[in-house]
Amino acid sequence: MAKTYVSATINGESSEFLCETQQTLLDVLRDVVGLTGSKEGCASGDCGACSVILDGRLVCSCLVLGVEAEGTTITTIEGIAQGDKLHPVQQKFLEHAALQCGFCTPGLIVATKALLDENPNPTETEARYWLAGNLCRCTGYDKVIRAVMDAAAELRGETVG
Amino acid sequence: MSSLSYAAPTSVDDAVKLLAGSSGLAKVLSGGTDLLVQLRSGRLKPDLIVDTKKIPGIIGIREENGGFVVGAATPGAVVEAHAGMTAAWPGLVEALDLIGSTQVQGRCSLAGNLCNASPAADSVPALYAAGAIAVVVGGKGRREVPVEQIPTGPGRTSLAKDEFILEFKLPPRPARSSDAYLRFIPRTEMDIAVVGCGISVTLDEKGVCTAARVSLGAVAPTVLLVQAAADVLIGHTLDADTLAKLDAAAQAASKPISDKRGTVEYRTKIAGVLARRVAAIAFDRAQGIKNGKAH
Amino acid sequence: MNYVDSSLKVVGTRPIRPDGADKVTGRAVFAADTRAPGMLWGKILRSPHAHARIVSIDTSKAEALPGVHGVVTAADFPDIPSEEAFVGEGPMNFRDLALNCMARTKVLYEGHALAAVAASTQAIADQALALIEVNYEVLPHVIEVEAAMADDAPILHDDMFTAGVTPKPTKPSNIAKVVTFKKGDAEAGFKEAEVIVEGTYTTQPVHQAYIEPHACLATYSPDGQIQIHSSSQGHFMVRAYTAKLLGVNLSNIRVNPAEIGGGFGGKTLVYLEPVAVMLSKKSGRTVKMQMTREDVFRASGPTSGAWMSVKIGAKKDGTIVAAKQVLKYQAGAFAGSPIGPGCMCGFAMYDLPNVDVVGYDVVSNRPKVAAYRAPGAPITSFAVESLMDDLATKLGIDPLTLRVKNAAKNGTKTHYGPTHQNIGFTAVLDAVKAHPHWKTPLKEGQGRGLATGFWFNIGGESSASVHVNEDGSVTAATGSPDIGGSRASIGMMVAEVLGVPATTVRTIVADTASIGFTHVTGGSRVTFATGMAATQAAEKVVEDLKRRAAQTWDIPVEAVEWKDGAAYPAGSNAGAFEPLDLATLALKAARTGGPLIAEVSLNAQGAGPGFGAHICDVTVDKETGHVTIDRYTAIQDVGKAIHPSYVEGQIQGGAAQGIGWALNEEYIYNAKGQMENPGFLDYRVPVASDVPMIEAVLVEVPNPRHPFGARGVGEVPIIPPMAAIANAIRGATGLRMVDLPMSPPKVRAAFDAAG
Repeated sequence: MAKTYVSATINGESSEFLCETQQTLLDVLRDVVGLTGSKEGCASGDCGACSVILDGRLVCSCLVLGVEAEGTTITTIEGIAQGDKLHPVQQKFLEHAALQCGFCTPGLIVATKALLDENPNPTETEARYWLAGNLCRCTGYDKVIRAVMDAAAELRGETVG
Repeated sequence: MSSLSYAAPTSVDDAVKLLAGSSGLAKVLSGGTDLLVQLRSGRLKPDLIVDTKKIPGIIGIREENGGFVVGAATPGAVVEAHAGMTAAWPGLVEALDLIGSTQVQGRCSLAGNLCNASPAADSVPALYAAGAIAVVVGGKGRREVPVEQIPTGPGRTSLAKDEFILEFKLPPRPARSSDAYLRFIPRTEMDIAVVGCGISVTLDEKGVCTAARVSLGAVAPTVLLVQAAADVLIGHTLDADTLAKLDAAAQAASKPISDKRGTVEYRTKIAGVLARRVAAIAFDRAQGIKNGKAH
Repeated sequence: MNYVDSSLKVVGTRPIRPDGADKVTGRAVFAADTRAPGMLWGKILRSPHAHARIVSIDTSKAEALPGVHGVVTAADFPDIPSEEAFVGEGPMNFRDLALNCMARTKVLYEGHALAAVAASTQAIADQALALIEVNYEVLPHVIEVEAAMADDAPILHDDMFTAGVTPKPTKPSNIAKVVTFKKGDAEAGFKEAEVIVEGTYTTQPVHQAYIEPHACLATYSPDGQIQIHSSSQGHFMVRAYTAKLLGVNLSNIRVNPAEIGGGFGGKTLVYLEPVAVMLSKKSGRTVKMQMTREDVFRASGPTSGAWMSVKIGAKKDGTIVAAKQVLKYQAGAFAGSPIGPGCMCGFAMYDLPNVDVVGYDVVSNRPKVAAYRAPGAPITSFAVESLMDDLATKLGIDPLTLRVKNAAKNGTKTHYGPTHQNIGFTAVLDAVKAHPHWKTPLKEGQGRGLATGFWFNIGGESSASVHVNEDGSVTAATGSPDIGGSRASIGMMVAEVLGVPATTVRTIVADTASIGFTHVTGGSRVTFATGMAATQAAEKVVEDLKRRAAQTWDIPVEAVEWKDGAAYPAGSNAGAFEPLDLATLALKAARTGGPLIAEVSLNAQGAGPGFGAHICDVTVDKETGHVTIDRYTAIQDVGKAIHPSYVEGQIQGGAAQGIGWALNEEYIYNAKGQMENPGFLDYRVPVASDVPMIEAVLVEVPNPRHPFGARGVGEVPIIPPMAAIANAIRGATGLRMVDLPMSPPKVRAAFDAAG
């Protein structure tokens, strides 16, 4: 089966890979590039565990073909922290115990970063609707939402008690 | 072993040639939020995927002759962020915003939603209500088609093998015009519409409806444009009597099936409920009364 | 030692969990993230039919396909005899488990596995599956529990004769067994009753819906050694079941626990691992398998759906004098629904003189049920707690007062045998009464519901080791897969005993060859039982440290005390010595007797039962039937919260699962017995915008059988939500919803029926 050559910028580095047409960006990230932080929970765009930021937009990588990634810029969960310094969203997820099994966590963190990039001061309702495509079965979302709101406050530079 | 080819043409002509020249099944890819699910499940086994997103003009929004032109593959999120569209067509924008998750919003397009030809598609009743015109390109050239003539049945469209939609034209808005869309789902997000309803109206200075288009989703094999429901509105203010007649007209037009998402009886009732609620929002908006988003 | 009354420095605080950074950066390795050189992809052929005889399977074309390296069917596995075992979270018959992993003569549900292939790519594996030719003789099928119990129902198993009835039946049946529990004389009790209420209820099967599909990676070596990486709630369970199904020694299998992406009971048995090993044996290569989401829904265990009737009789003052319940639980294709706990848990919150409970375990053409958080209890409690609300209404008594009046207390003898001891139900009800939510006036159109729940909690076999490293840092290892933060809670207990900060202790989950046998993570047992083992191991280390300090100082060991992470002379008589801290003693370890290590394996007894009460406010859209949860408070006796954040998290997560169960989750079948909604699009788990903040209120009535007073926490919170929401809907609308889920069409239909 003929493979297509694709070059893209993944987490700030230029990256090249060969992929088959039917392989999704998620398949490529996990099986070809070796970035397994993005998870497959459904492969149908319903769970959000594979969320990545593609050219500035939050998408499910299971709903993008690998070949469509040509020339794009992609941020995955592996690209959220700066070296050994966690992003405030990651730090707040830890502090608020906003994860249990941690399987949905990469997708939630990528989606939260995309939210706060676009809307630094979301209401709780806005945060809940933005994240409605990220299923979490462990937490009941309570601590997730608290972490999101706290991360937003920190990123706005507000002191949080 | 079957093999799937991919092409991302950079002109309409190249895209049309690829579609025309394909010996097997060729599928147009815009946002891919339906197509990829169908590929993965094996329901669809195309031989060629033609990604139209690199064709100039197919993504983006521009003003033309007092109306808006929306590129066929423009992601929902781009439309939602467009101030002009949000002001002129709040219902259509809301409908797009209701398709799937934030993640899906980053990809899904009006053309994909229309050409997937699901009767439950969220943006389609709003497009019908808006009186949108699809600009179709293909081997025989370019034609302009009312959107309601595109879907012909579940998963089927009137487009020829070498045709695809380049853009949508939305008509100029007269004064005191607005639209609204609501869909009913069991959860608050992420579900396919059990019933959807889009209404666009123009009112006179006294609040009497002078023009209306009413559309229902998920109550027939295709999205319906319900003239009888529009007729109930035209010439009237939105009083209790008009609302009751609208409810009845919407229910009468509904010919749903029972499936995992709803029964005939439930869908029919909800069609009436939504028609009333959507009309109330559209009338309020047309009169400049602020009304919140669907959620 | 018991630390319940000690001033604690680590236990009860909220440190960041040890596995946290890996999980927020994408580094954590779940089963599907593992790979091996030369790895093949294994895939399973599943039945499209709900019930069919397998006339023949021809795999020759699949085997001939280039890139295919192995094909297996049941013929490749030992045909093992019926044998009951208890290694998972419920009784398990190995023969049934084997047949569930690979059908032999019949397929019993849509999605039932009957062949598997290993190929070099996923695409080739898919093509190979399509080339396997199966000749089915399609049989009539039965889905619903009452239909399966009918005399003329299609029979799933010719050798199933109802157990628990006399005389022993001679005709096969889909009723696997009948269980009964009696206390006092229920019929006499009802004669004394001044008010009697009755109801009939149904619930639908719901799936645990962990976001991580089942996955594993298996390697069979030519010397018969087997390595498995998999996501499960118990790698010792995986080892035991795989060994049994393949007929190999336990010592030939080493199972490495991957991070597990949720389980909730659904990963307490095997589906893929024995198949992957057999494919590896045939192909000589490492085989990776992962389920699709559709496979997870169609072929892994949901919990039972049920039909239930309940009758309660009381005096006018609210004193319950008799209670009766009939429960019919679906088991799926093989016997083994949680009917036992179902029969026990419904009335366990109350002190009742006369009780009569009958339960039926019924097979039908659905996937075999698996444990799901408090298996059996949420179903029975939906019925009982709904009816308690009706009783309160009929008596004109506040629903909280009715429960307080009849609440189980220490010394209450349950209808299934044991006497409640050291329970905190009354404290939970007091907390309901004191909570602002209970007192807040309702808004127009709102309704409020209250419901309670009980779960036994379990102990069982656990192993833990504590290693003091050369620099005084500490590694704790256990055999318990960590689903919800148990590495944090266990490390904290070890740190508390050693008198060091939580960050000094690193907790890991050790593989089956590196730690003693440990029962599954389930039944809310890990912080209790494994925590007890880890605490005892840490205490052994402290004894050793004291001995070494005594040796260094040349004083008797009794003259040494351990506090704040260092050995001190116990009082001035012991002598004047500078304290020896952990790091100093660790450095000297080679000269004082070698490495500082202790491992404890135990069978923990005395898991304190858990009780909870949930308060829920709802608004109902009368035209669409849509129910909105406006406010939710979950109150629970947790014994002692080791890490309160993760205790709250268990309660919040359990409540949200219960909300899904109450409102929207269900298996929908078509006329052919095929599941219509095997995906997250139409199997509707709650999304973030569906739920409000869920306030978890921790009541702490210490469990004297645990060193820190801990009770199991994870199961109780899924029990009350369905009735709490049903009772709230009744409050808002006057409608009594008796069939789950209380989805919009059902609520709207109830309005229409009420006129």
